[in-house]
Formats: sequence, structure tokens, C-alpha cells
Amino acid sequence: MSGPESSADGLGLTSHDPARAAGHEDPPPRVGFFTDTSICIGCKACEVACKEWNSVPEDGLDLTGMSFDNTQTLGADSWRHVAFIEQRKPMRFVDALAPPGAGAGGDPDVADGRVRADGDFRWLMASDVCKHCTHAACLDVCPTGALFRTEFGTVVVQEDVCNGCGYCVPACPYGVIDKREGDGRVFKCTLCYDRLGDGLEPACAKACPTQSIQFGELDELRERAAARVEVLHEAGVTDARLYGEDPADGVGGDGAFFLLLDEPEVYGLPPDPVVTTRDLPRMWRHAGLAAVGLVAGVASVCLLGERARP
Amino acid sequence: MTGTRSEPRFDSYYGRPIINPPVWEALDIAGYFFLGGLAGASSVLGAGAQATGRPALARTAKAGALGAIGVSFVALVHDLGRPARFVNMLRVFKPSSPMNLGTWLLSAYAPAAGVAAASAVFGRVPRAGAAATASAAVLGPAVATYTAVLLADTAVPAWHDGHRELPYLFAASAAAAAAGLGLIGAPTAQAAPARRLAALATGAELVAVELLKHRVEEVAETYEEDRAGRLMRAAQVLGIAGAGGALTAGRHHRVAAAASGVALLAASAATRFGVFAAGMRSAEDPRYTVGPQRRRREARA
Repeated sequence: MSGPESSADGLGLTSHDPARAAGHEDPPPRVGFFTDTSICIGCKACEVACKEWNSVPEDGLDLTGMSFDNTQTLGADSWRHVAFIEQRKPMRFVDALAPPGAGAGGDPDVADGRVRADGDFRWLMASDVCKHCTHAACLDVCPTGALFRTEFGTVVVQEDVCNGCGYCVPACPYGVIDKREGDGRVFKCTLCYDRLGDGLEPACAKACPTQSIQFGELDELRERAAARVEVLHEAGVTDARLYGEDPADGVGGDGAFFLLLDEPEVYGLPPDPVVTTRDLPRMWRHAGLAAVGLVAGVASVCLLGERARP
Repeated sequence: MTGTRSEPRFDSYYGRPIINPPVWEALDIAGYFFLGGLAGASSVLGAGAQATGRPALARTAKAGALGAIGVSFVALVHDLGRPARFVNMLRVFKPSSPMNLGTWLLSAYAPAAGVAAASAVFGRVPRAGAAATASAAVLGPAVATYTAVLLADTAVPAWHDGHRELPYLFAASAAAAAAGLGLIGAPTAQAAPARRLAALATGAELVAVELLKHRVEEVAETYEEDRAGRLMRAAQVLGIAGAGGALTAGRHHRVAAAASGVALLAASAATRFGVFAAGMRSAEDPRYTVGPQRRRREARA
């Protein structure tokens, strides 16, 4: 745990190599998750494996009525969260027995005849997780250096340094990191930093039975994801799109990115997240001007107008 | 659906917030913003009053600055999940964290405010007092305005989207509070700067709030409705009443001046609690996160 705690150029907002920008010399390749929600079956094995491996405490056994989602959200005690979305939309599936060219049914979206659009109900499932942003607001605003960038390019909280100030909580544009009740400190996904050090994949990816959660080197995951979207588009699943894979986005790209089948906000994800510290230089300029204005205002009311009466 | 305003359509995940709302207590954090602003602006007013021969006003401002910053420290430490680890913020110097810079700033400012106040009240060590007065007057404006950056440097729509205007609002609110304290503690013969500052600050605050609300578009609702709306309106009424009272009856009547001062202090506190409440509301409702982001994305496409 000797990693530097702050980006080398202060904010590190120009770098696409966060480990090197944080001062790691000759770091291993950046790793992350590609979560392909099109093959998630909602089994929650990822949630369970994460809790077991990381000793994350139980945080309420509620029945929410939110489809099969009783976890509700990511937080200090839920580092993986499987979302369930029920929609009045036809479900698309591949009919492996149908001959090619058959059964398109006049649907212009269905290019390959083996893909059927059936019924008026579909169920989206998606396992959410910390995004391990290239430009991580939680890490930037942390006043103690408890949050740091690992050599793998991931973002981890050092529990023995966190003082529970809570600044990272509203700084995260995804609503990931949160304070643990009764403890006071913040917790989130570490991308199984301890397992990475031993050459193992994170517990959630290991446990995923459909390879919806894929762990690997980020560059390779991005290629794999692009190919997967292409396959889905060719098969007529035109609403498949990648989320968080673009290094040009507001957080410099996510270390954990997704293939979604609907708009991000349907899954509880922000449509256009931005690292808040991107605007920090401008905030300080305005604060500086406001401070100068305060001095000028007080000086003028002391010096101008009526003089002091004896 | 007739008669209802058409809302922009968007989906959400069971109406749950996108971002995690702040875990801060309003009393600790908004209370600190009020007290920190009062302290910082009072240090400037104290130095100005001393330089222009108004010792009673200077004494009031300096003593008030020390008291306010002392209570601030208690509030800040109290809000930490692990209060014993307050000093962990001094193990690094981290320019990307406004809270870290603020902690260093307070660590430099508080002793200066303390020496300035002690020297003014007890009339001892005038040279050290003068140096401390000058130091506190230099650091005070930063203490009064960095808190706006601290709030704006989050993903909270009502705060981040208003990051250009929030520092001016906080500076004006801090000046109004310092003016209010000066009106309570100093005789009317010496309180002329406080009276003028009350009017100037209240006017600046009214303008800053309007510019802020214009900037944040639909998120302005969070400043206008519910608890935040009531607090922001109370701040306006109290501010105008306080400044008006100070410039009229408060010129000659000590009781009227003090009452105006109380109104100005209350106005400043209401502003900070109002801004805090607006931020909480904007974080809790996903539409304030999704709406502006979707428009930004569509404008780019």
C-alpha cells in the first residue's frame, strides 16, 4: 500500500494512463471489468461472492417490490448490485432452430431471420459496480489521501487512513462510494486488490456463471466489447450500446464499463457523467475573485463616506 | 393531463437517486459555512475598522471571528465519521481537494484570529496583534469563499452547476454576517462601515442568487421549493430588513442597530442552510442529474 495518493500533475486530467499519472513507475497493464448485461441472468452470484470474499457486512434484508432487486443500490455494504428492470417492450432472442432468412416478420430491426422479437415484455438485468474512473472524483477530493490509485489503475480506500469526512460520497458522479452506518468510514469495490496482487481475478468475475462479468486488461476488454456490440447489432439487437468505454468521456473512460440494452438512466446510471474536479480551476478563479471583491467591499465601506465620529 | 405543466420525459431506476446524497449533517456543515463566513469576513472588517480608527468595531469583529472559528472547529470535527482522525487531513497537501486545502487554511487562520482577538480585547502585545490582524485579514476572505468551492466540487447538481456563482454568493453572505455582528457589538458612532457593508452585501447577495438560479436552469426549483425555498426567501426578507433597518433607525438607535444586526446574521445563516437544503434535494431526485446531462449529451451529438 505504498501507492502515491495524488495525481502527478495535480489533477492528472490529461492522462489516459492513471497508474503512471499517479506516479507508479513501470506499472502492470491497467485492468478492469467489461459487464455484458445482455447475458446477465440476474443470479446475484457476483453479489454473494463479493460479500463473502471481502467480508462485507449484511445491510438489511428488505423486500422492496422492485422486481427481484432487494439490494436496491450500490453502497458501503453492496459493492456489486444487480439491477432488475421490467419493461413493456418485445424481447429479442435468437431462434437457433429456425432456418436463416425465416421469420423476420417484417420487423426492419431484425436483419437476421433467426432473431425473433417476441411478446410485449422484457426483463433487463445488469450487475453494477464501481467504475474505477480514469479521472476519479472520489480520489481527487479525498482530503486525507485514504483513496489512492493502485498500480493496476484501480481506485481503493485505505481503511486505516479514512477519517469519515464523507466528501467522496457526493463527489462520485455514479453514486457508488458511501459511508457505512455505525462505522463512519467509506467503503466501495476494490476490484479485489488483494486477489489482483496474487494474480487472481476478482471474486465477482470468478463467480459469474455466464461471463456477463469479464475481467481483464482494459485495452483487450474494449476490443472484445466493440466486437460484441457489432455481433448484437448484426443480430438485430439495435439498442445494444457500450457505456463508459470511451476515453474521451467526462471521466476519461471507466475502468469498469458496460454493454447496456437501454438508456443509462434506465439502469440508474448517469447519461453523461463528468469528474467534478475538471471544473476546479475555474471554481478557484471565481473564489479568488469573490475574495478580492470581499476585501474591496470592506475597504470601500471603511474608507468612503462619513468619517469616524470621535 | 390538462392544466399541468409538461415535464421532460425521462426514465429512472425506480425513482432512486443517481448520485449518493451527501452524508453531512446540516447543522454541522451549513452551520460551519455560516460561522466560517462570519469569521473570515469579520477579520477583514476588523482590520478595516482598526485602520480607520474605530476600535470598538474592530474589537467586536476580531472577538467574533475567534468565537465563530472556534465553534466551527467543533462542528467540523463532530461531523467526521472518525473524529479522532481529524489530523489525517494534515498528513498530505493535496491541491485537488478543497477540503484538504481548507484544513490547511483554517490551521493558519485560526491562530492569527486568536492572537488578533486576544490583543484587541486585552490591549496587550500590540505589535503581534497588528501582525495577526493583518494575517487574519489576508486569510479571512479565503476562509469565507473556499467553502463555496468545497460544495461546488461535487456531483450535486444544485452546487456543481452553480460553481461560477456560488463563491460570490458565499462572499456576500459572509459580509452580511460580519456587518450584522458589527452592528450588534459596536456603538452607532463607529458602526458606519457595518451599516454600509450591510447594504452592499445584501444587494450583492440578491444579485448572486438570481444569477445562480438562472445558470442552473430547472435545478433552480430546488432553490425555490420546499425547505430550501422557505430558507432562501427568509434570507431575502431578513437581509433586506436588516440592511434597511441599519441604514435608517440603526444610524442613531443602538437597539435598532442591534436588531438589524440580528436580522443580518439570521439572513446569512438562512442562505447557507438554504443552499445546503437545495443541494440535498437536487441529489435525491434523479431528474436533476439526468435532465441536464441528457441535454448536454444531445447538444454534443
